Amino acid sequence: MRTRIRESALPLLVLALLAAAPFLGFGEGWAMTLLARAMILAMAAVSLSFILGGAGLISLGHAAMLGFGAYAVVILDDAGITEAAVVVPVAVAAAASFALLTGAVAIRTSGVHFIMITLAFGQMAFFTAASLAGYGGDDGYTLYSRTSLGGTRWLEDRLVFHYACLGLLVLSLLLCRMLLASRFGRVLRAAKESSLRVRAVGFDPYPYRLVAYGIAGGIAGLAGVMLANATEFVAPSYIAWQRSGDLLFMVILGGVGSLHGAVLGALAFVLVEEWLGHITEHWRLIFGPLLILAVLFLRGGLAGLPAQLLGARNRG
Amino acid sequence: MSTQLLLVQALNGLQFGVLLFLVAAGLTLVFGVMDFINLAHGVQYMLGAYLGASFAAWTGGFWAGLVLALPVALACGLVLEVLVFRHLYDRDHLSQVLATFGVILFLNQALRAIWGTAPLQVPMPELLTGGITLMPGLQYPVYRLAILGAGLATAGLLWLLVERTRVGALVRAGATNAPMVAALGVDIRRLFMLVFGFGAMLAGFAGVMAAPILSVEPGMGDTVLILAFVVIVIGGIGSVRGAFLAALLVGLIETLGRSLMPDLMRLFLAPSPARQAGAAIASMLVYIAMAAILAVRPQGLFPVRTG
Repeated sequence: MRTRIRESALPLLVLALLAAAPFLGFGEGWAMTLLARAMILAMAAVSLSFILGGAGLISLGHAAMLGFGAYAVVILDDAGITEAAVVVPVAVAAAASFALLTGAVAIRTSGVHFIMITLAFGQMAFFTAASLAGYGGDDGYTLYSRTSLGGTRWLEDRLVFHYACLGLLVLSLLLCRMLLASRFGRVLRAAKESSLRVRAVGFDPYPYRLVAYGIAGGIAGLAGVMLANATEFVAPSYIAWQRSGDLLFMVILGGVGSLHGAVLGALAFVLVEEWLGHITEHWRLIFGPLLILAVLFLRGGLAGLPAQLLGARNRG
Repeated sequence: MSTQLLLVQALNGLQFGVLLFLVAAGLTLVFGVMDFINLAHGVQYMLGAYLGASFAAWTGGFWAGLVLALPVALACGLVLEVLVFRHLYDRDHLSQVLATFGVILFLNQALRAIWGTAPLQVPMPELLTGGITLMPGLQYPVYRLAILGAGLATAGLLWLLVERTRVGALVRAGATNAPMVAALGVDIRRLFMLVFGFGAMLAGFAGVMAAPILSVEPGMGDTVLILAFVVIVIGGIGSVRGAFLAALLVGLIETLGRSLMPDLMRLFLAPSPARQAGAAIASMLVYIAMAAILAVRPQGLFPVRTG
């Protein structure tokens, strides 16, 4: 019980800070925009962490799911439909179906093949989006307005949008956590450890992995809807494979073993990116080596950092 | 569409295919021997193009640029190996993907900081300018034919090297079962450094050759990298022969698809939507082909590793 409380303390603290942020001096426009972006990317990162940490599926094409959600908003916006009751289910269904379709091929393979195939499918989505001349092609598409909720324009309000992002992030976290703790999740985790043994017990891991991949796609699609709304603009660059790399980095930075690590990773990523961007135009010159160092030395991720530090102190 | 145009596009496709092969060869060997996935391999290609462009501008000649660029590309590859990649061989694929992704971020930005974002122009070598008449009414640029020739010659040399020499036998053995080769007393690390440097140089060579016909710009390596991944996945990871055939296949599909698809769509659709749908489908063709091949043969066309 006590370890359980200790394990939940960090994520609860972070989420509480996010909830209180608008009243702690982060209520200004740019800070709220930054936080919204961080929470939306955190949502996508949680879904990636779910399949990565839960099922061992290293996807390098996760940004495509985000893109499907965002482009669903664009296409419906172009048709004059902005009602969330339509947009959200369509976007989630589109992203989840893309995940199921490509996953059906990709999950047949494993290891490095899986990485490369998801990367290739992500690029396919990217080039397709770039060739959609009717929706801005390479230049992107500016939304007429944000998605409406039951005819109201609540999402235009900064504070409401902030809590909408936070609420969806919490829901995705809870959903993934619940799934991983269920029988379904136990099969997934077992298959990650040893596919052979799981087969020997009589489970075929394939359908479990595929369904997990589809669910992760749906959550990322929902994040895509929010991302489109946050910037009121969608471009193929949202789907570029570098974005998938960024998402993977968020998950690793936070720590693969825990879902809330993805939230920490996304927050750290967005803040560092912003901070370095203020220092120099060539911020990637610093960011790239930071990434390499994080991979080489920060093995447990940020979520494992307290334990790593404590361990070092106890040993010393 | 006339036969001439089709032939020209087919030649373009083959020429793109041999460039892809030069990049994919290093990638597939590095992966085959060391089980190391190197996203930064596309950067070697880009680096080759930039070095070729700069040395050509500095010395005033394409050939001098080529001769200077190759050893520098090799050196850059080895420096990266010692600084970063060497520390990743024992780590899982995920760590390798991320760390090499960091290398890409750094190098893309470094090239941008040094050379700026504007595309560089590289003049064609004097000797290879102009066109040659292949058929009545069909002119084809000599330079593109030269790329095709150089690519095929390199592929032939590589084949000889891998299939007919002692080092080649070690590389093949390493790709099939690396621990066993190490157990037999071969210094697999040194073998790997050799393969790695050689692969980096091949990719750099492709970059130098592509420089006069493509625009040399930051990020040019990423597109090629991803197609090279598709190539080695289709060909079977670790197989040079598979990479060669798959590279030609991907080059042809990519090039012919882009030119034929819009016309094909016009049979069913009005001109404007046909162009859009054609372009969208053409950009998906390679990946659809990959999915189809993998659905039938999940290990690729020529799987190397057994079991």
